[in-house]
Amino acid sequence: MMSEFIIRNGHVFDPVQGIKGDKKDIAVKDGKIVESVSSGARVINAAGKTVMAGALEIHAHVAGPKVNAGRWYRPEDKHFDSHKKPGMTRIEGGKSIPTVFKTGYEYARMGFTFAMEAAMPPLYARHVHEEIHDTPIIDEAALPVFGNNWFILEYLKNHEVENTAAYIAWVLRQTKGYGVKCVNPGGTEAWAWGLNCLTIHDPVPYFEITPAEIIKGLIEANEFLGLPHSMHLHQNDLGNPGNYKTTIDSLKLAEGIKARNNFGREQVLHSTHLQFHSYGGTNWGDFESKAKEVMEYVNKQKNLTIDTGNVTLDETTTMTADGPFEHHLHGLNHLKWFNVDVELETAAGIVPFIYDPSNAVFCSQWAVGLEIPLYAKDPMRCFITTDHPNAGPFTRYPRVYSWLMSKKVRDELLNGFKKADKVIGATTLANIDREITLYELAAMTRAGPAKALGLSKDYGGLKPGMNADIAIYNINPDKFPSTGPEIEKAFANVAYLFKDGKICVEEGKVVDMGKKQTFWVDAKVKENKQVMHDVREKFLRYYSVNENNYPVPESYAPHQHIISVDATQ
Amino acid sequence: MNTVTLTVKNAPELFLECENVNPDVFAGKKADQIAKLGAFQGKEITTLGDYFTIAGEAGATAAETKIVINGDCTKMKYIGAKMTAGEVVVNSACDMYTGSWMKGGKLVVNGDVHSFCGLAMAGGEFTINGNAGNYLGAAYRGDWRGMSGGVLRVKGNAGSDVATFMTGGEMIIEGNVDIHLGTHMEGGKIILKGNANRRVGGQLVKGEIYVFGSINVMMPGYKPVRDVDLEVDGTKAKFTEYIGDLGERHPKRKGETVYGKLYMKQ
Amino acid sequence: MPKDVTDVICPFCGTLCDDLIVTVSDDNKTILGVKNACAIGAEKFNHQRLPGRVKLPRMRQADGTYKNISYDEAIDWTANMLVKSRKTLMYGWASTSCQAMSIGHEIAEKVGGIVDNCATVCHGSSLIAIEDVGVPSCTLGEVKNRADRVIFWGCNPAHAHPRHMSRYSIFPRGFFTVKGHKGRKIYCVDCRYTDTAKCADEFIQVQQGYDYELLNAFRTAARGEALPDTVGGVPKEKIIEIVEDLKSARFGIIFFGMGLTHTMGRNHNIDIAINLTRDMNDFTKFAIMAMRGHWNVTGSGQVLGWQYGFPYAVDLSRRDQARHQTGETTSVDLLNRNEVEACFYIATDPGAHFPVDAMISSSRKPTVTVDPHINCTTEISDIHIPVAMVGVEVGGCAYRMDNVPIETRKVVDPPEGVLTDEELLTKINHRVDELLAKGGA
Repeated sequence: MMSEFIIRNGHVFDPVQGIKGDKKDIAVKDGKIVESVSSGARVINAAGKTVMAGALEIHAHVAGPKVNAGRWYRPEDKHFDSHKKPGMTRIEGGKSIPTVFKTGYEYARMGFTFAMEAAMPPLYARHVHEEIHDTPIIDEAALPVFGNNWFILEYLKNHEVENTAAYIAWVLRQTKGYGVKCVNPGGTEAWAWGLNCLTIHDPVPYFEITPAEIIKGLIEANEFLGLPHSMHLHQNDLGNPGNYKTTIDSLKLAEGIKARNNFGREQVLHSTHLQFHSYGGTNWGDFESKAKEVMEYVNKQKNLTIDTGNVTLDETTTMTADGPFEHHLHGLNHLKWFNVDVELETAAGIVPFIYDPSNAVFCSQWAVGLEIPLYAKDPMRCFITTDHPNAGPFTRYPRVYSWLMSKKVRDELLNGFKKADKVIGATTLANIDREITLYELAAMTRAGPAKALGLSKDYGGLKPGMNADIAIYNINPDKFPSTGPEIEKAFANVAYLFKDGKICVEEGKVVDMGKKQTFWVDAKVKENKQVMHDVREKFLRYYSVNENNYPVPESYAPHQHIISVDATQ
Repeated sequence: MNTVTLTVKNAPELFLECENVNPDVFAGKKADQIAKLGAFQGKEITTLGDYFTIAGEAGATAAETKIVINGDCTKMKYIGAKMTAGEVVVNSACDMYTGSWMKGGKLVVNGDVHSFCGLAMAGGEFTINGNAGNYLGAAYRGDWRGMSGGVLRVKGNAGSDVATFMTGGEMIIEGNVDIHLGTHMEGGKIILKGNANRRVGGQLVKGEIYVFGSINVMMPGYKPVRDVDLEVDGTKAKFTEYIGDLGERHPKRKGETVYGKLYMKQ
Repeated sequence: MPKDVTDVICPFCGTLCDDLIVTVSDDNKTILGVKNACAIGAEKFNHQRLPGRVKLPRMRQADGTYKNISYDEAIDWTANMLVKSRKTLMYGWASTSCQAMSIGHEIAEKVGGIVDNCATVCHGSSLIAIEDVGVPSCTLGEVKNRADRVIFWGCNPAHAHPRHMSRYSIFPRGFFTVKGHKGRKIYCVDCRYTDTAKCADEFIQVQQGYDYELLNAFRTAARGEALPDTVGGVPKEKIIEIVEDLKSARFGIIFFGMGLTHTMGRNHNIDIAINLTRDMNDFTKFAIMAMRGHWNVTGSGQVLGWQYGFPYAVDLSRRDQARHQTGETTSVDLLNRNEVEACFYIATDPGAHFPVDAMISSSRKPTVTVDPHINCTTEISDIHIPVAMVGVEVGGCAYRMDNVPIETRKVVDPPEGVLTDEELLTKINHRVDELLAKGGA
């Protein structure tokens, strides 16, 4: 029997309804936001507080084999850190790669109710779901990776979009996956031979297909299926000076393609952690920001969404399916390198990284990460992430918000850098006066990601009928905190977190585990004998597991939120 | 300098975790407050007062605080760990993590210490008037940042895995060591007055190791280049200089490779 | 009519073959035969039907004999032991499912236990090395499809992982390896000529205890630096010849085992082998993989990893933080130093594997052992609680040596009345809650 609540007198920020801080009551009943409740409803006093929908994390590495490898191969990441916070919580640990318990609690404490695991290798899907199962409170989903998958490379070489779509639908069902992720297209298959694809025209060894063909083909297959989310791309040439040209070349591949789906999604391509892909210069010496140029293009192209990938200037851990990049990074900083190539599908690499604020390049990366959202014309298409844990731990989101919402706070940091002059010379951040408002923040962290994920009907907003995922912060918009630490503190510990209409966090303390669900997409396609034959053959001849042992059993996801898509037309 | 004297009155049945026994935690406290500080035996939370009688009072700061410990500390861990200033003298053997993560001050143990002592030492002086176990002055598990500063001196022998991932500071072992001295070293100086069993300077990137005694098996990655006359910790002698580890990467300065150096006393 | 259960996963070694076919009696109670398994795997399934299965918990009496007690009595005794002890070793886990481990960890957190698994006497050395220097690795299918140089260093799959060579490492014809073993060069490095060496193209005999030095010589040769005349009994010309051959490979893989983990230097041997693999990636593509022994020790490492951040030897006794230090929080050290007050063993047999002094120390403490069978450990425990055989009588997730997770299947029913690990641990967990609510034992 779900309770009734009335959240009174809060300052509501909801881009779905266009509410920009007005004092409004929000009524909750049986897990949903409703027009009104009875007089018996529990009153939550939100006077002087900020009320938003629960936030949605669109891209983080929080569950799966490379995340876990990062955890256990870095005991020092837990050193002097693990301490239980008050509440009914399990042991928490891990500064840059939190354990699953800490992950769930910390997201909830910051007002998040959903997280997308950014890259799931299909062969390891069971592992991803075991971790999702153990992560408390927040709803989660995972994106299987396709950009280096042998089936995809062979189908798209011959531009067989329908076969590609049928295979994608099959993988989504086997792995309980959410959508189409593409990491370093072609380059990670090349990496299985120690090679890479740095531009979108470098052909993949043996398969002789280019990244451009892979990107375009996956976008087309995604729209053929009409999935809730768009193709989600981590471009080639991540992290290298001068890579902004490859970035814009990749984004251009989406030109002229219209979104086709029943979920309200308007973008056909989501470009992730754009900060890492917006570099000019030719080497680390003349490294400079090209965020302005990249955002000029993004602002023009309405069928794109992006997320930032903000550098937080911490010691963290990089981990990505861009295997060759991690090998390259290891060559630069010589820190311990973990790599695994996954048969027929993908790879992953891990290297610890220290974004030392006395280093001009790292500070410039920090500036690039802030320039991107500050140049974004449409906050509904630009979302805030740290590509956790690559550019920084997700627990730093409150700090990132403080830099975006206060020029004073970010300038103080910028001017205090050891190599401030070099950093200011290589970037444009010093010249930007814009400060992100609470309303824009709500778009960038709630309404926008929900829409991009095809979840806007029920999530990301506070309209009656939507799911009662609500975050109430101790922030008075009329007396917005003026120092960095105060802004951070307010965003790091919600006054209340409602998940499915139940209070799970109160004053930063976890009080209820709620009912977390695993979201996945079940796309129905016409029977495809060719693809099923290819699947059978590849399992018999090339995979190291049997086809019948590949799917994720139901027991791994006891509470499923299945989104059905009919692509048989 | 104020002195606080701890005398063991009860031995722990298991092992006692004494992370509160250092000048930084004691600073500003009187004996009765010190007695109430937590001490841990497995999941049981007890106090220092349950195991020690405490006399005297601490100085206002760590630098003004001296701690003397009498009685049997063989089953006590973390004594002097993380200290940044002041003095600690232990008149007993100690267990693990003694003086680990030390940043400054002076720590003297008049007895043997167990393993994992002096981990990641960053400054100060740590003297062991006895033998040390394994992982002396090494890095914590998985960390590539080991001992980086200060002076660590062992009067007796040390075990294996000594000075793993050392990046700076100075370690002097007057006795012998077992295997794996200075593995993965990236800086700092080790002086071994006795003998080493095997594997000295394995995978060493940068740093200096001086061996007065013998090494049973030299690493293949070390090659002798010349003889030098040196004065090392008060001893003047001729040494054979080896460069290595040739199987490992090395930094370059002005286009020249900077090898690690192993000096064998002739 | 007997029926065939297909796609069965073998619950014995880290090769985790998943193509077994088990023939089962009509009433689901007896295994009649196994196809595709190696001799060891077949035995694991076949001995399920042997008489003498323990069906009730057994409690040690003052005269050393054992008397049957009920599950409830055993659970109550165990819960009391756990709640009372200030520091409890909870060791094993390598032959049970991830789902069961998860419940065990909940208990450990509540009672202040130390959770350790079989890596502690096996590939723990490898895990230490990976904690220090990382590891370039791959899945077994990559070896099957791409590898043209395979090195077995200090391991003997012919004995310990019998189907490894035919499923993955020597014989299979993969996508880029259509010639099978004829397109691969196989090296075997060991101090003695093993049955695996018989399958290799070249056997290199290394002097016992000189693997670290020999690997150092390989790395030195790879960098073109000078070498002594012989290292570990291997002449420098041979070392240089091998390194040149490896550099010309398309995809090389090193498999290693106890020859590196248990000889002088232990983790350092693997550490330098990993560094060699990393160095080779400057020239071509190279990977390295540990030949994990138990079929789910890797799984225990994974669950401990995502729940606490460490792969084994996880000390939860402080209950507000998890800690890990091989040499301090590892089972043998805890027993040798008398640092624990009680022992809980599950899905393993330390009595057969641990050093004798450690087991003498263990035998002096209150001990509960959970195992389908009587073994060396049960006979020095206070209580032996029987459970179903995981992977045979109950399913559950397991992780292969390359960390690929596969859900094992239930093939037959367990003996009547025998609980599964999950059921037993759930009941113990519940009883612990009751005792803690009452204020301790």
